[in-house]
Amino acid sequence: MRPEHWLFTIPLRLRSLLRRRQVDQELEDELSDHVERKTQEYIVKGLAPEEARRQALLEMGGIEKRKEECRDVRRVRWLQDLEQDLRFGLRVLRKSPSFTAIAIATLAIGIGANATIFAVVENVLLKPLPFPDSAQLVDCGHDVPSIGLHGRSAAFLYFIYREQSRSFQSVGMWRENSNNLTGLAEPEHVRSLELTSEVLPMIGVEPLLGRLFSDDDAAPGAPLTAILAYGFWREKFGADVSLIGRNIILDGRPHQVIGVLPRNFWFMDSKAAVLLPLQLDRNKTFLGRFQYSGIARLKPGVLLGQASADCARLIPVAFRTFPPLPGLSLASFEQSGLKPAITSLKASLLGDIGGVLWVLMGTIGMVLVIACANVANLMLVRTQGRQQELAIRSALGAGWWQIARELLVESLLLGGAGGAVGAALALAALRLLQVLHPEDFPRLEQISMDVGSLLFTFAISVFAGLLFGLIPAIRYAGGFMAAALHTAGRGAGESRQRHRARNALVVVQVALALVLLTSAGLMIRTFQALRHVNPGFLYPEELQTFDISIPRSVSADPVAVTRMEHIIADKIAAVPGVSRVGLTNDIPMGSSHWYDPVLIEGREAENLPGRVYKFVSPGLLATMGNSLVAGRDFTWEDLYNQHRVAMVSENLARELWGTPQAALGKHVRHMSISPWLEVIGVVGDERADGVDKPAPATIYWPLLMDHFGPEPLHATNEVSYVVRTPRAGSSAFIQELSQAVWSVSKELPLANPQTVEDLYKKSLARTSFALVLLGIAGAMAFALGVAGLYGVISYSVAQRTREIGIRVALGAQNSEVRRMFVREGALLAALGIIFGSIAALGLTRLMASLLFGVNPIDPLTYAAVAAALAAAAAVASYIPARRAMRVDPIVALRYE
Amino acid sequence: MYSVTKGTRHMSKPCDLVQGTLDMLLLKILALEPMNGFAVSQRLKQISGDVLQVSDGSLYPALHKLEQEGWIAAEWKTSEHGRRAKYYSLTRLGRRQLEKEANAWGRLSSAISRVVKLKEA
Repeated sequence: MRPEHWLFTIPLRLRSLLRRRQVDQELEDELSDHVERKTQEYIVKGLAPEEARRQALLEMGGIEKRKEECRDVRRVRWLQDLEQDLRFGLRVLRKSPSFTAIAIATLAIGIGANATIFAVVENVLLKPLPFPDSAQLVDCGHDVPSIGLHGRSAAFLYFIYREQSRSFQSVGMWRENSNNLTGLAEPEHVRSLELTSEVLPMIGVEPLLGRLFSDDDAAPGAPLTAILAYGFWREKFGADVSLIGRNIILDGRPHQVIGVLPRNFWFMDSKAAVLLPLQLDRNKTFLGRFQYSGIARLKPGVLLGQASADCARLIPVAFRTFPPLPGLSLASFEQSGLKPAITSLKASLLGDIGGVLWVLMGTIGMVLVIACANVANLMLVRTQGRQQELAIRSALGAGWWQIARELLVESLLLGGAGGAVGAALALAALRLLQVLHPEDFPRLEQISMDVGSLLFTFAISVFAGLLFGLIPAIRYAGGFMAAALHTAGRGAGESRQRHRARNALVVVQVALALVLLTSAGLMIRTFQALRHVNPGFLYPEELQTFDISIPRSVSADPVAVTRMEHIIADKIAAVPGVSRVGLTNDIPMGSSHWYDPVLIEGREAENLPGRVYKFVSPGLLATMGNSLVAGRDFTWEDLYNQHRVAMVSENLARELWGTPQAALGKHVRHMSISPWLEVIGVVGDERADGVDKPAPATIYWPLLMDHFGPEPLHATNEVSYVVRTPRAGSSAFIQELSQAVWSVSKELPLANPQTVEDLYKKSLARTSFALVLLGIAGAMAFALGVAGLYGVISYSVAQRTREIGIRVALGAQNSEVRRMFVREGALLAALGIIFGSIAALGLTRLMASLLFGVNPIDPLTYAAVAAALAAAAAVASYIPARRAMRVDPIVALRYE
Repeated sequence: MYSVTKGTRHMSKPCDLVQGTLDMLLLKILALEPMNGFAVSQRLKQISGDVLQVSDGSLYPALHKLEQEGWIAAEWKTSEHGRRAKYYSLTRLGRRQLEKEANAWGRLSSAISRVVKLKEA
């Protein structure tokens, strides 16, 4: 049967399947019609009507039975064909186990890799967040361009939206925080989530035990309550149900436990152990203090743009409703450019990881194509080998479609098997990903191999099977001529056409391998560039950090707080191995910064951008290894005597006053009600946002200051200690640090001990992740491409054995023969490299967002990759070529 | 799959034909002109002088098989009596198949004739 024949009968077959009742009716009509006509004929011949009818029916032999027979003829045929093909295909595959094994393994790798990345993409990027009607949930953030703030919210905005918004049905605010939990065996630092009462109902959470926050809990001055996370409740309190109603002590204050969250609770990847109510006092709300994240649920039918416009409308209303923070002017708010930045909640969570994932998806897709090309080549070779058998069958009357159908069934079986193994590999890979737990990966726990991924795996298995099955089927579309019977017998070699298909496939493989290797190479360069950036501090692996927060219950007086911090620092300095200690509110690459504008004497009128506010103790600069470019550091006398001093970063100094030296002696302050502070030192730039981002302009305030803000004295209660020691990172050392801290106060747990090196690595996490995966893809592509080239040249040698024999017999040298094949391989590799380079030039532009310090068209990388591929290709051609040399002409000419 | 029935009036010797010949005969009849199932069996009977008679029970399964293979196509038409009837016609592919089978039949039958006509010693 020719292909058009089969296509022609498809509608018919489909109809028998789908319109069964109608077809049945037609059958009935047809047979009844026949009986009618027969009856008429007998009547004409002289029989009585009933007799005629009886005779006609008799001859038909029972209409139902005939209908059944007709139905059998229609229905079962193609099913029987399929069953036969499947059995035959399985037998053929079983008979060549090495081919089957290699093909399945190759496909499993390609399909498995794709399934893995797809599962990640589907669960992270495509699936909606696990909240009811999550499309209505938005991140109610705001941008303040004048101080460089993005995506934050503030209490005054919360109140205004709650009261007057026309587009939100519910508005809330939240932030992550941490607290000291005391009253247990050891004090502990726990992460917490502070929320307004609307948030949990907005996301549809039902408590496992107890209740959620009510509006009363969120009222200012109300008794403090807390909700525990399931894991924390089970671990720390042994899942004690009677805990509800009892108190736990956080930051020295009792909180009544009112509920426990369900086990599957998830909110914006927060690891909080405890949820606390945000008690905001509307009467004490000022303009400013963008410390929170806003969340809201849109009213049905409201679009993001409408909500944005509505918020923009309400901002001036807010300005008129609430007073500005003391020391700031209303005008500064009006000119700040505050505008809403409403985005879908999912978008705000995912950030820019989408870019990385789509790039990975693209590269892994390429690996699959290479794998398919490899298997297609293998199939072409095999079909070549079966040419005689197929030619005979064709001569005996098998149509092209029949043989092609067999080949397709084989390839689909291979695809299916490869897909099944690949799915298993993907499951393992996803499990591994969960175990490795790369930092900062959104929605990591939600990644799993679900129905969508399985469907995808199935679909690409079928696609792959069709792809590499059709290639040999089409190649032999010309039919198996009798000529094939002759030539196969004498083995003069295959026709040029067949060879061209395999050569084309190899060129494609090499080209794709080049693209992947180039992107992997670019990532390596990026990584190197990032590691070479001077972060502004020294030897981060020797810097141990930890956080302490001193709650009011321990010490309310700012001077006492500072003294306590000083004593702790001295105690730590006494621990063996410690060379220097310092403390600050803000360690590089830690969590977010405090941004605020800095007022400069002599430049009042200017619109002031936000700077990073760092509160530091004396000695921090020396501990971190920051360079002091001009002037001096703070001293403890400066702090205790409340000298009016400050330091600035080098880039800030240059921006404001031209040179670091010029900055010394200038005056700055935080608010207009604060006294002027003199700049006494200029600190070298520090890449506090990660090495791939520029160093932010920073101002260094002393830990203890008078009239920094509205309060008479300002101390920093939440600090990070930085300790320089070769013992950084060891848990014994951290124990000793804890002892040192507790010798000063029993109620201060150490939190988040990590080395600055850890933080540094975390900031590189995304790049590392992309690098590892691209590296693996590149390596796979390289291996497959080189193997493909080797295979083609090997086969070429095997096919042309006779020709080699003739040449040698006619006097060709060994080296000449060898060169023949090496040249063939080199030509294919060269073509692949050229096409690959052209493709890479276009495609690497897509990964520009992942790169740092290197151009997507970096000539060095391209040259290195091309050279590596060329070298590998040379070896891959040389080895089979050497085999060609060993051909004994007599043997070659005799046998075939 | 089919058999030649004994005629209602006179007894004809049943001819055992090679399987597949029925297909060829049906195709040939339909090559003359499109007609419905009943008419095909009548025509065959008429042309062959009552020698080849297809039983009703074998006719329709055979016709449906030919339709399934795509060698004949069916169309529902209102007949002369105002009734709806299914008319079969030969397709392009069917024509090719008919040619193939006719050639094969020709070779087979001449070969058989040659053997049968051999002079016995």
